[in-house]
Amino acid sequence: MQNLRPATPADSVSGIQPQFVVAPENEQQLAAVLALAKESGLAVIPRGGGTKLDWGNPPKRADLVLSTARLDRILEHVWADLTVTVEAGCTLQALQQTLAQHGQRLAFDTLWPERATIGGALSTNDSGVLRIRFGALRDLLIGITLVLPDGTVASSGGKVVKNVAGYDLPKLATGALGTLGVITRAVFRLHPLPRMATTVTCVTNQLLSAERLLAALLDSTLVYSALQIRIPSANPHELFVDVLFEGTEQGITAQIAQLQALASFATVFEVDHHVWKTREALHSQYLVDPSSSALLKISTCPGDALAAIATLTEITKSRATASAVVQATGLATILLSGARDELLHAGKVVCKKIESAGGSLVVLGNSVLDADFDAWGSAGDALPLMRAIKAQLDPQDTLNPGRFVGGI
Amino acid sequence: MDARILQEFRAIVGPSGLISSSEDLHTYECDGLTNFRVLPVAVLLPANAQQVQSIVRVCHAQRIPFVARGSGTGLSGGALPVENGIVISLARMNRILAVDIPNARVTVEPGVINLDVTGRVQPHGYFYAPDPSSQSVCSIGGNVAENSGGAHCLKYGFTTTHVLGLEVVLPDGSLVHLGGKCLDAPGYDLAGVFVGSEGTLGIATKIILRIVKRPECTRTLLAAFPGTNEASAAVSDIIAAGMLPAAIEMMDNLAIQAAEAAVHANYPDCGALLLVELDGPIAEVETLMVHVDELCRKNGAWDIRVAQSDSERALVWKGRKAAFAAMGRISPNYIVQDGVIPRTALPQLMNEIARLSRETGLRVANVFHAGDGNLHPLVLYDRHIPGQEKAAEALSFQILELCLAAGGSITGEHGVGEEKKCMMTKMFSKPDLATMQRVRAAFDPLQLCNPTKVFPTPRLCGEKPGEYVPHKLESSGLAERF
Repeated sequence: MQNLRPATPADSVSGIQPQFVVAPENEQQLAAVLALAKESGLAVIPRGGGTKLDWGNPPKRADLVLSTARLDRILEHVWADLTVTVEAGCTLQALQQTLAQHGQRLAFDTLWPERATIGGALSTNDSGVLRIRFGALRDLLIGITLVLPDGTVASSGGKVVKNVAGYDLPKLATGALGTLGVITRAVFRLHPLPRMATTVTCVTNQLLSAERLLAALLDSTLVYSALQIRIPSANPHELFVDVLFEGTEQGITAQIAQLQALASFATVFEVDHHVWKTREALHSQYLVDPSSSALLKISTCPGDALAAIATLTEITKSRATASAVVQATGLATILLSGARDELLHAGKVVCKKIESAGGSLVVLGNSVLDADFDAWGSAGDALPLMRAIKAQLDPQDTLNPGRFVGGI
Repeated sequence: MDARILQEFRAIVGPSGLISSSEDLHTYECDGLTNFRVLPVAVLLPANAQQVQSIVRVCHAQRIPFVARGSGTGLSGGALPVENGIVISLARMNRILAVDIPNARVTVEPGVINLDVTGRVQPHGYFYAPDPSSQSVCSIGGNVAENSGGAHCLKYGFTTTHVLGLEVVLPDGSLVHLGGKCLDAPGYDLAGVFVGSEGTLGIATKIILRIVKRPECTRTLLAAFPGTNEASAAVSDIIAAGMLPAAIEMMDNLAIQAAEAAVHANYPDCGALLLVELDGPIAEVETLMVHVDELCRKNGAWDIRVAQSDSERALVWKGRKAAFAAMGRISPNYIVQDGVIPRTALPQLMNEIARLSRETGLRVANVFHAGDGNLHPLVLYDRHIPGQEKAAEALSFQILELCLAAGGSITGEHGVGEEKKCMMTKMFSKPDLATMQRVRAAFDPLQLCNPTKVFPTPRLCGEKPGEYVPHKLESSGLAERF
């Protein structure tokens, strides 16, 4: 078998050390390798750029890392149809650079695009600031090819945006953390690159003002490509409301004027686009010292997002620091620093509160997990159904055993 | 059906919720695909989710297949009853349960009519985006089953883009919650799998929908072209220029004639009509509309009009939305198909369809969502002429094969249902279909939930449906097919 090597400590997954790393050359090889691994009873960890490998729970077992690094080709960019077919091991940056040659993009921003791969982004359902306008990856994905542990290569969806034939397996694979099959290729719908883009912000130290502005913006006819609230630290309490406008110059100018009218409490001024990298900055900060930090992803209804952050910072304020960025979709990334016990306590209390309001709290990276606080929180009453699907597609628990919700 | 089981059903839904007499059952023997008919053994009309659960538990215990039905407007036979099975109509579950404007969410029962969702949130300046042409009569539950689209899904997406969560009764009678009112519920995206599963995985009893703010302005442009090739070229130019209109619709001359005869939309008499709708901030839309006008002229448009008021806009759309029903003005019968092709294949496909039309002597009118390549060829025929119906069916399936050959799909909106399940093997490989069946088995191991739909059954594929007989509502003039 080509491209098979012993694993090193650098290949460990959430502290579990696998024995081997294999990097198949193409889809057929990958299918053959996976089927052989299953037959041999090995636990397989699919890996793209490895940028989010410690999301989810630690695996129950990890024997073989299956790398998609060599499946990195852009197979077809049909720019006139606004679609692209790409292999799972291609990085987001490489994809975007190719698409830009015809003035197009995948309307999705991810963490560490120079290293993160399509397969990894899909499997973790990562989403960035553009989501509020363009949707999540599930809304941009129109076709997928999945290799199951028994070696079956299954494709669903197709190459056209509008297609309702058969079941939506692309949706099933998105966010499944590689527990149902290994994604080998994906087909996306694309968007034109904007003619112009301007980022503006305004500052307040009043949570209420920020909440009101957020609500007013969500209820307005303004068309923004991104809308977030940055909370660099709980003390002092300063909130930045960032808005990204993309389009024609006339459209952008008119909209900024309308935004200023809504944001009566502060001046709206232009800032650099790097504010949209705040989420990535929090993730990078976490990695500097994971043992005394916790990185949380919270999902609430848009109207409740800031309230959730306020609760968290209330609980931790005397003993921990918090930094957060909240997307107008209701998804927030929070970095907490402090003693492990305090972080665990805060996480559990807030998780309960958020879940009872219909939201979720996911712990990214495993510094603050314990026996009764796993990475995902409650999977709800659909968990048996999820187990049934897992049992159908991966009956032997070959892929990422134990990493997913409910210990799947 | 066993009298004892009928009695169990009657006890669940009450006597007014059970239909078992032969004359009344005929209303439910088909949906919008009227040339496929099967009489159900009984029809049940539950009033709430608990009743749905109880019904399904009886079916599970007794191995009775069941088919859920919304408004029965589907065009692929999704609500066609199954032999020896029952129909569970969701028509009584038609309440809008919650409206949450600040979070832009509406929770509804499955029997709520699509347009009524917009009606409810309109006063706040919102609308429910998926807009199939049947939206004044079709149900949200049905939209969920088919992942319905509509003219505006080019920009706004499909039903699956707007469904955040579902309460579902599984085929064993248990109740589960898929997705939720907040994004990214942990676990598999089962809400995403359920939408578009054509009623084969369970019955939705509650749906959480996303609503969208009405844009600041909407401008609709109508352009007359010498033919579909020129109009297609204009569409390609518009997309290549980096614009994403809210909708781009095309109609060919035959479709225009029919629409004019039916609703007098005052369309110009031309080879092909393009309807381009832009929406968004006023300044943005006005800038882009100038550009769209230029691109249309560049490609030979000789009459361009921009709707100046809501009523003008409504009239422009009326012609397009009435297109199917309007076919009755120019032909005794028609078959409509729903293939999708990559947009760039449009001119080639129009030529192929014209060729097939010449060869068979059957006229084909074309109406389509030009922005996303979703074709609706309307094959016109007269069933009183021997052999024409079979020829028309054959032509409509040949068009689907052309769509597949061009890299497209057999269905963009109407679903596979009963009508196109034999074509699934042409679109997907055996491993693809086997994998989908494994997912299905996780939801419905006993194969009771709309069991004969979507996937090919060797016995039935190859059999032709019977002679077309119009539904009595159609022949009495009380209803038209969309």
